[in-house]
Amino acid sequence: MSIPQDLQYLKTHEWVRLEEGIATVGISDFAQDQLGDVVYVELPKVGRVVSSGETVAVVESVKTASDIYSPVSGEVLEVNSALENAPEHLNESAYDAGWLFKVRVSSLSGELLDALGYAAVAEAEA
Amino acid sequence: MTVTAELLKTPLHARHLEHRARMVPFGGWDMPVQYASLMLEHHAVREGVGVFDVSHMGEFRIAGPGALGFLQFVTTNDLSKLRVGRAQYNLLPNSSGGLADDIYLYRTGELEYLMVVNASNIAKDFAHLELLRAGFEVALENLSDEYALLAVQGPKAEETLQPLTETDLSSKKKNDVWDGKLLGIKVRMARTGYTGEDGFEVFCAPGDVHALWNALLERGVTPCGLGARDTLRLEAGFPLYGHEFGDDINPLETHMAWAVKLGKDFYGKAALLESALERRLVGLELEGRGIGREGHRVTQGGRDIGFVSSGTMSPTLKKGIALAFLERGIEMGSSVQIEIRGNLVDARVVVPVFLPKLA
Repeated sequence: MSIPQDLQYLKTHEWVRLEEGIATVGISDFAQDQLGDVVYVELPKVGRVVSSGETVAVVESVKTASDIYSPVSGEVLEVNSALENAPEHLNESAYDAGWLFKVRVSSLSGELLDALGYAAVAEAEA
Repeated sequence: MTVTAELLKTPLHARHLEHRARMVPFGGWDMPVQYASLMLEHHAVREGVGVFDVSHMGEFRIAGPGALGFLQFVTTNDLSKLRVGRAQYNLLPNSSGGLADDIYLYRTGELEYLMVVNASNIAKDFAHLELLRAGFEVALENLSDEYALLAVQGPKAEETLQPLTETDLSSKKKNDVWDGKLLGIKVRMARTGYTGEDGFEVFCAPGDVHALWNALLERGVTPCGLGARDTLRLEAGFPLYGHEFGDDINPLETHMAWAVKLGKDFYGKAALLESALERRLVGLELEGRGIGREGHRVTQGGRDIGFVSSGTMSPTLKKGIALAFLERGIEMGSSVQIEIRGNLVDARVVVPVFLPKLA
């Protein structure tokens, strides 16, 4: 199970990469493994203003639908529309091609975990 | 008070853990929902061959001079023409117009039948049958703990199993049942299944199931979990008790009404005929993006017309499919909407058999 050191995480398994005020958000390798084959992704509209902790996307495997919470507040700048036709990117490349959406950050969630903190969460649920 | 029930385990439970299967509670059992990949398992059964551990299912032996009369009374389908060595899909009606269960009946002898029931209903069904047996000269035994059950399913099932048995499998037709040997192990086999593919179900002693399971995997058969079992049965349009059938669902509202033979008398028949048929079970094919799931509302022109009972993304058709109870009068081919998280997604009403080759 891969948990990159340079990312931050929510205990609900979202990761966030912060670069120059822009947050890129996805789900962890652990989360994609738990979900199984992802077959459908519902993404937010570009321009939507989201609050941290709000449900902004849905990832569905064959068996179940999972809400994706935003780890940051701000405006949605871009979504990974390639996932509409290739949701399997989430399974194959959770931290790279499987990113979900980008937000111009106005504030961060107070509940962000570092890689070590998130590893403990994932360990407990495995 | 909190009652925490210990989940039951099939004889292969430890093997599933070794295979790193993802386990889920199902009908009181700790069962594998998937091994490496549900999609891979699904396609293995549609294109090759897969094996399911379905040892959680229940088996009852019903025997004696009164067996046929008893079974004719407690089921809706007609058993009078079922010959020894043949099997039949059947339903167990309750007294209130619904079903205690949907079952498979195998005629294993002149005066002997094997009934296979859903795992979650074993205790309920057995008590139900015990209550109704008064006056029939029949022995009723719950053999659920004495059988393990493997379902070997897919177009390559026959060629995979043939080298392991002396029985000429090509001579066996769908719904045949026989006693024989696989790998020298005593088994009861039937050409039956729940996937919409050709395949066999293998009943054996719990102590023998490891050897059979291992032999199948060594021959390249893909181990499959309940997740693939669900997508496979949904593509074939097969109902699942607890979703499309239940104590309060009239089977005449479903496309399995063919298994209710009104020409014979059976327990609960009057209630079944009297209860109002205000809805019927249909198939829905999603035209928009998304997946309709159990409990989602179905509307037409803003009017609420029913709900989804089971839904998934079809791995074969690569679109959302669902079974839904809609009010009567909604025509096949008509356009409806499924409410998915507040969004209305267009769907077409279809006969509930989604695989073109089965339609």
